[in-house]
Amino acid sequence: MPERSAFKEFRAAVMAMTPLIVAVMPIGLVFGAVAAGKGLTPAEATLMSALVFAGGSQFVAMDIWTHPASWAALGFSALLVNIRHVLMSASIGGKLDGFSGPARYASMLLLADEIWAMAEMRASERKLTPAWFAGLAVPFYCVWVLASLAGALLGAFLGDPKVTGLDFAFPAVFIVLVMGFWKGRETGAVLAASACAAVLTHQLLPGVWYIAAGAAAGVVVAVLSGSGKEAHA
Amino acid sequence: MSVDLNTLFAILAMAVATVATRIGGLVLIRYVAIGEGQKRALEAIPPAVLMAVIAPTAFVTGPAETIAAAATALAAMRLPLLASVAVGVVSVALLRLLLG
Repeated sequence: MPERSAFKEFRAAVMAMTPLIVAVMPIGLVFGAVAAGKGLTPAEATLMSALVFAGGSQFVAMDIWTHPASWAALGFSALLVNIRHVLMSASIGGKLDGFSGPARYASMLLLADEIWAMAEMRASERKLTPAWFAGLAVPFYCVWVLASLAGALLGAFLGDPKVTGLDFAFPAVFIVLVMGFWKGRETGAVLAASACAAVLTHQLLPGVWYIAAGAAAGVVVAVLSGSGKEAHA
Repeated sequence: MSVDLNTLFAILAMAVATVATRIGGLVLIRYVAIGEGQKRALEAIPPAVLMAVIAPTAFVTGPAETIAAAATALAAMRLPLLASVAVGVVSVALLRLLLG
């Protein structure tokens, strides 16, 4: 009964993803409201969420939005903000054994931070299946697009998410997931290097270079500590 | 419900750039041999990227965010995901009210 078990996998993944699906609603609403404030129509805001599906780069786009829109500037900034996806898809790409060739590429189209992090978590415990990935990605995607539309329609009626603390929902999710990746002192060194480099870069450079800097520092420390251990062995 | 042509092109440019980054890693690992060092590097990516994303919020945004981040991390040792996130969201809202 492979179909039955695939459905069960899908359903269990949706359950696992529920906190993040709830948390993405206010972010999508805020994005839609900000976009409406910048003069985008609800159709345009929704189209961006549906085709780009990367919150960070969408908020940055709203920051630098001009009329008429500059495709070169916006495309380039999306490339910079989302360059971390290359690392993410390289990492999860080696854990897609149960996926057909086309399914691999199709699933990477929905590789948002939250979906990727949950998929990594699953892959660290057992085999990641296409049904599980779909359960993580599809409802999350739909809620993101619909929340953007609702935000663009409601616009200024929405309150400030800072007052309710909802802007902290995603940092909180990521903190919980980081704790889950803990495997001992080596992880501690990776985290410390990443945090230091990210904070330093965040203070010195504008934009989102801090993500690339933190990721690079963490990876370098992991490789160095690994080669050091081999030398001692 | 209209879509401006310049806006449409901008959205398409963003979409193409984003898809390229999402497919990029998959293409990369097809052409780069994965040895022991590469494997170690790939394993470090998830914690390193996640830490980099949260570090400015957790350490240099303000005392409310830093304390709430610590509370979330402590909660994560015992509670499931949703409960830990709730601890973080509620504590940051209260702390901002108190310290703000």
